[in-house]
Amino acid sequence: MRIGVLALQGAFREHILMLETLGVDAVPVRLPSQLADLVGLIIPGGESTAISKLMDTYAFFDPIRQHHQAGMSLWGTCAGAILLAEEVIDATPGQESLRLMDVVARRNAFGRQVDSFETDIDFASVGLYRGVFIRAPWIESVGPSAEILAKHADKVVAARQGDMLATVFHPELTGDLRIHRYFVENVVGSQAR
Amino acid sequence: MTENNMEIGTLRVKTGLAEMLKGGVIMDVVNAEQARIAEDAGAVAVMALERVPADIRAVGGVARMADPTIVEQIVGTVSIPVMAKCRIGHFVEAQILQSLGVDFIDESEVLTPADDKYHVDKEAFTVPFVCGAKDLGEALRRIAEGAAMVRTKGEPGTGNIIEAVRHMRTMTDGIAWLAGLRSEQVYDAAKQLQAPVELVRWVRENRKLPVVNFSAGGIATPADAALMMQLGCDGVFVGSGIFKSGDPAKRARAIVEATTHFADAELLAEVSRNLGEPMVGIDISQIPAAERMQERGW
Repeated sequence: MRIGVLALQGAFREHILMLETLGVDAVPVRLPSQLADLVGLIIPGGESTAISKLMDTYAFFDPIRQHHQAGMSLWGTCAGAILLAEEVIDATPGQESLRLMDVVARRNAFGRQVDSFETDIDFASVGLYRGVFIRAPWIESVGPSAEILAKHADKVVAARQGDMLATVFHPELTGDLRIHRYFVENVVGSQAR
Repeated sequence: MTENNMEIGTLRVKTGLAEMLKGGVIMDVVNAEQARIAEDAGAVAVMALERVPADIRAVGGVARMADPTIVEQIVGTVSIPVMAKCRIGHFVEAQILQSLGVDFIDESEVLTPADDKYHVDKEAFTVPFVCGAKDLGEALRRIAEGAAMVRTKGEPGTGNIIEAVRHMRTMTDGIAWLAGLRSEQVYDAAKQLQAPVELVRWVRENRKLPVVNFSAGGIATPADAALMMQLGCDGVFVGSGIFKSGDPAKRARAIVEATTHFADAELLAEVSRNLGEPMVGIDISQIPAAERMQERGW
């Protein structure tokens, strides 16, 4: 079982370390050709504009959609959650997303860095979890094909749609492996309904 | 602490933003137009300044925090994080920058120091700080004061990579030296490094700095950026190198791509083509010792 972490920019090393701790074969993905043979792909936190531009330059959008169609599961954290969304509010002009998940994301919705925070959240089937929110987006609305997994202050901060997971906070910065385990054991390989 | 134990300004939230910038390029900009060019090129953050370091060097005199109007215009223009510089030890400039909503403060040797003994007490702020360092001891002193990110200093405004390389190698050598020590040697190492023993012990055990380390001070080409990445930094600051060159937008994009694909020589060759004139640059030996910005910081 090999899971890729999109390594264009951002906190990809932390995701790889978390996956390796779980005994998963984790590889950095810098070019679309490296998507072959992956059962899952994590799009990490970072700057969504920078990651989106690099994805565009290196023609990642269609190959990721095709591999997802063929069974590659997806998880986006923070910037990655924005990149999975069907629609993005407050994106920069021309900023693309994969438009795979039936959710609307609002960029930088929780504010600037001075507003960044950590808090306990109740994550469905995982339990109480320390969420680290950094200039975080929130999920403005969740369509009928997606389900809500966690909320903070009445805002959706985690959602799932079949074999796709979106979290607007950063499990890779906590050392708490439970959400990575949830992705590996419950999300990977489960086809969209 | 409130309901759900919600906290702002924690060390994890501060160092976390630095983690999100990794593998990226932070670009110096002096107005909203340059900030937009930087964002369009894929910068992960911009540094709002009144002048780029090459111009600070040319103008001379006392260099201070930028006019709040410039900072506000840039904050209002881009959606990526905005950084701004305060003078070493000038905690009031830092208070002002925090009130303007900047996302990171650079307590920077590029500006004229305000205190010849103390740096800003960075733990007292909600906003995170990045500080320059030439070696491991200086980096650990800044981290002990609360810095959430460090950058090797290089020599700002020169377009000359040699000092950036020297400082990065010095940092790496320092970490390798610590890692090779026996545990009873750690106290003496802390004395030599003039840094807290707890941090020294942490670095010895983990063989890396406890915060993200970017490279700065002299990066002018995609190859320069890739060189620093291959030497082990987490990302790069480009100051004068972009907007003092012939085609800033193209060069900015090329440096962003080179920072991501730093180990792919064919790709680096491709992005290095036809970038127009680079900034002219200065030989370090032509700068009198007293005018070298890297010597500022204690």
